[in-house]
Amino acid sequence: MSDPILKLDNVFTNIAQYHILQGVDLTVPRGEVTMLLGRNGVGKTTTLRTIIGHWRALQGSVLFDGQDITKLPTPAIARAGIGFVPEDMGIFADLTVEENMILAAVSGAIDEARLQWLFTVFPALETFWKKDAGTLSGGQKQMLSIARAMIEERALYLIDEPTKGLAPAIITTMARAIKELKDQGASILLVEQNFAVAKALGDTANVMDDGRMVWSGQMSELATNAELQERLMGLSMEAH
Amino acid sequence: MSAAPEHAPTMAKMSLTERLAPHAPILLVIALILAGLVAIPATSSWLTLTVSGLAMGMMIFIMASGLTLVFGLMDVINFGHGAFVSVGAFVGVSFLLLLERMTGAPNLLWNLTALMVAIVGAMGATGVMGWAFERVIVKPVYGHHLKQILVTMGGLIVVEQLIIVLWGPEEIYITRPEALKGAITFAGAALEKYRLVAVGIGLVVFLAMRYTLRRTKIGLIVRAGVENGEMVQALGYNLRMVFIGVFVAGSALAGLGGVLWGLYQEVITAHMGNQTMILVFIVVIIGGLGSVEGCFIGALLVGLMQNYVAFLEPKAALISNIALMVAILMWRPMGMIPVVKAK
Repeated sequence: MSDPILKLDNVFTNIAQYHILQGVDLTVPRGEVTMLLGRNGVGKTTTLRTIIGHWRALQGSVLFDGQDITKLPTPAIARAGIGFVPEDMGIFADLTVEENMILAAVSGAIDEARLQWLFTVFPALETFWKKDAGTLSGGQKQMLSIARAMIEERALYLIDEPTKGLAPAIITTMARAIKELKDQGASILLVEQNFAVAKALGDTANVMDDGRMVWSGQMSELATNAELQERLMGLSMEAH
Repeated sequence: MSAAPEHAPTMAKMSLTERLAPHAPILLVIALILAGLVAIPATSSWLTLTVSGLAMGMMIFIMASGLTLVFGLMDVINFGHGAFVSVGAFVGVSFLLLLERMTGAPNLLWNLTALMVAIVGAMGATGVMGWAFERVIVKPVYGHHLKQILVTMGGLIVVEQLIIVLWGPEEIYITRPEALKGAITFAGAALEKYRLVAVGIGLVVFLAMRYTLRRTKIGLIVRAGVENGEMVQALGYNLRMVFIGVFVAGSALAGLGGVLWGLYQEVITAHMGNQTMILVFIVVIIGGLGSVEGCFIGALLVGLMQNYVAFLEPKAALISNIALMVAILMWRPMGMIPVVKAK
């Protein structure tokens, strides 16, 4: 295996008095979709927020493309080549869809070819291009959030629960977008509660519990092992 | 995954009320002006008071706009903002006194040139002071509202005392540049020349600010930062640097407001900035914390209300703006144009 794009080594993160991450080890291979799974409240979102620098790791290290980014400020981490789609989507409601996208093109003007590609992936964005992002539906906001991260090429995308609360049609669109991104050679670390989506997209999987990584391996192995799913995540195959 | 039809979004047509709702604040200004027209017996008096109210509103807007952005962008409550108003007034007036020959000549071009020099000098001084204020006083207390209030008020007191040390404890009476004295008559109403100039400057500042915020990338960063600073940083922008720029610009605008307010009152004191802060905070609150458009409309409402009520019922003038704030907050508790902040 080539050098991983991202490597977390024994990362500890506290939020106020709460010890959320308690020695997380995680490896994200290049060009793959790496799933981060686990029950609610086990530290998946905190892991992504620690990588992007919203919360600081008290201990351990975060290596991105061989560079130690543990103590870098968030803007420097983003400019190093990491796109972030937060759980709450983080869209700017008072700005139009167009303005959201202009802002996301950090290095200059929007690449027109890439924008046209995004319009084919998310046609709703073209429809509502001049509308305030706050007037979009939940699904459209999620499309905007992901499109915003995709408007410039990034080596790694951190995507937090992109299908949460969405209708099946939009989930299909999201999954297609993530797959296209992967086909372009990007690496993706994806937090997902929808196990069907995880099975469809994931190459490798990492399962967290109580602020630690409790299992890492191929997604196909987890997807076909009902006993393992039940033990790690409390899932039953009947539910899927 | 389940197969589903292609997502084909549509947008329902809005009712008239829904279409008007976003424009309600500006309609309120028009309604207040029309109410003034009905309540004030003579049209000429109404016109005079309206221009006076607009001029006052523009000056308050100039002073308040920086404060609202500073709060919106970094959640910083700067009770020391009035210091920039006072310093701006003293520096500007000092320039005008130095240029007495230009201000005393009955020549509009010379007078306006002197005024511009005073404004540039005042904005430069307060901009530099704003940078130092942010680095020394505000930076150590990011994220601590109570400490911000205490420390910035302390900063205000220090600056006021420094003004007294430099310019003396007495209030300084000033006269406006020669060509800006007096009034012109329009439709039987006397319109003070200086107030018309103040309206013009206020409009230019508002339009320039609006253009910057709406049409430039730095404006987009500021607007997005007011809403969700964390996400702006995650996109790769250094919001701290942007904030310092906004703080400096806001301080310089307060300095400009100080020069205009000093010439409007024709007297300046070390405490004048602190005294205007009541009106400034009312405007920032009723406009919606962080909203420049809301701040502009709020300032116009406050200026017009103060002038109309002072004419109709002088005793009620003191409480008119407090009553206005209470009424607006009962209508829209987050202000007229609330900024949606990320949780």
